[in-house]
Amino acid sequence: MEIPAKFQITGQTAGEAREMPDGLPVSSGAPLSVHNEGAIGAISQVAEVVRPRHSAFVRVTHWLITLSFLALLVTGVEILISHPRFYWGETGNVNTRPLFTLPIPASRATVPTGYGYVLPDQNGWSRYLHFQSAWVAVCTGLLYVALGFFNGHFRRNLLPARSDLSPKGLATVIARHLRFRPPSEEEAWSYNVLQRLTYLLVIFVLFPLVIWTGLAMSPAVASAIPAAVTVLGGRQSARTLHFFVSGFLVLFLLVHVLMVWLAGFRSRMRAMITGRHTPRMEGA
Amino acid sequence: MSKLSRRKLITTGLAAAAGASGLGVAAKLAERYGLIPPDAGGLYGAGETLTYAAQRILTRHSMAQSFAPSQISKDPFANAVDPLGEGFQRLQQGGFADWRLAVDGMVARPSSFSLAELKTFPSRTEITLIACEEGWSYIAEWSGVPLAHILNLVGALSQARYVVYRSFQPDWWDSIDMADALHPQTLVTLGMNGGDLPVPFGGPLRLRVPRQLGYKNVKYITRLTLTDSLKRFGKGLGSAAPEGGYAWYAGI
Repeated sequence: MEIPAKFQITGQTAGEAREMPDGLPVSSGAPLSVHNEGAIGAISQVAEVVRPRHSAFVRVTHWLITLSFLALLVTGVEILISHPRFYWGETGNVNTRPLFTLPIPASRATVPTGYGYVLPDQNGWSRYLHFQSAWVAVCTGLLYVALGFFNGHFRRNLLPARSDLSPKGLATVIARHLRFRPPSEEEAWSYNVLQRLTYLLVIFVLFPLVIWTGLAMSPAVASAIPAAVTVLGGRQSARTLHFFVSGFLVLFLLVHVLMVWLAGFRSRMRAMITGRHTPRMEGA
Repeated sequence: MSKLSRRKLITTGLAAAAGASGLGVAAKLAERYGLIPPDAGGLYGAGETLTYAAQRILTRHSMAQSFAPSQISKDPFANAVDPLGEGFQRLQQGGFADWRLAVDGMVARPSSFSLAELKTFPSRTEITLIACEEGWSYIAEWSGVPLAHILNLVGALSQARYVVYRSFQPDWWDSIDMADALHPQTLVTLGMNGGDLPVPFGGPLRLRVPRQLGYKNVKYITRLTLTDSLKRFGKGLGSAAPEGGYAWYAGI
């Protein structure tokens, strides 16, 4: 059997080897039937050869994005509360009729909120950290996308199989989610079609959009690439869209964490931290 | 140790050394081409430097978007300012006839101009957007003397790298690099929407830097100082903004 280069050799102890899920071939050196286009598998020959559930590059970029996203979220909220009003077009201020207003207090006395108090101004460090985290997120994201195309991560792990995209196939997975059925053991080794579509949406639609709408608020970037702003309908439109796209990303984060929780928090976390997967009974 | 891990160790070491020296070279080059902001130290210095350097490379000559007269905001917002004090009121009562703009530092001919003198200089009018870091914005027609014209008039020395500008309000001062100072849209602004610049909007004299956020557009300017280093000004961070926790560069 040809061992793909992506398989990693680890010096496993017997104890760790026992943690291999039952459904996975750990015993002989014979070619093994593996789930999902041969993408997964683990073999044991003289040494234990185990392919991690998530490759090191996926794990590292996942947690870098997580950290920077949380920093962006907290600082984004801080910046938002200095003016919790939204507009459409190029301009908008307290003298303008807003598109909508968030019913929250503001950190500036000049904003009419209906609250009798003003929150402390945190914009200074929030802006510094927001942009620093954006650099981390963008650089990590670019590295992830480049490597993901290069090493086949997207094709292998995220591109849904055509058969899964049939209405019947989709209906089956959706029905299973709606019944909160725990995932099958093989799903611990691969993403189902809903996960694949969601992750692709987050990586190739929501993240690029949130970066674009963020950059469109920069007067310097707008001077260099005016179309980046005008296509969106103006600077205030960019700000409003930035808010909504961020909202979708937060929604993704909440559902993502909920699904991890339902699937077995400890085993899924271990898989994303160490790369090793443990079967359900040992996990959550 | 197996051969494999030794090889890995050596390549990793070499890569780290190459990376470190690469960073060193990059830092030297960035310093030489003026890509390091004065607030590059500290916790957020890395992000701030990347933003400033990237935007400087991208925007050295780019022009802020000009809008049509029909797009001028009917309801601009002046934002609140600290009380201007009796001294300002006296000048205001005199129609700002005694308002002076001093220009000093690295110039061949230190000078001081009255508003009447400034009004005789070549004027430029721009319909541009001003955006506050808080998120709000408006569009207005601004007229004034390009800062580049004044710098030319006083004979700015070639080693000058920044223009420090001070407000009548003693705690409010800022600075811009020469890319922004010599930019044709950077105006020593005397007028707004066809009239004199109203006091709430910074009248009689405001520096408009349309490629940066509102807080770089200091109101009530009285003095310009050209310098090759910002270390001697305030806490050496380039402006009052970083001393209050805000970034010196506000192109984003």
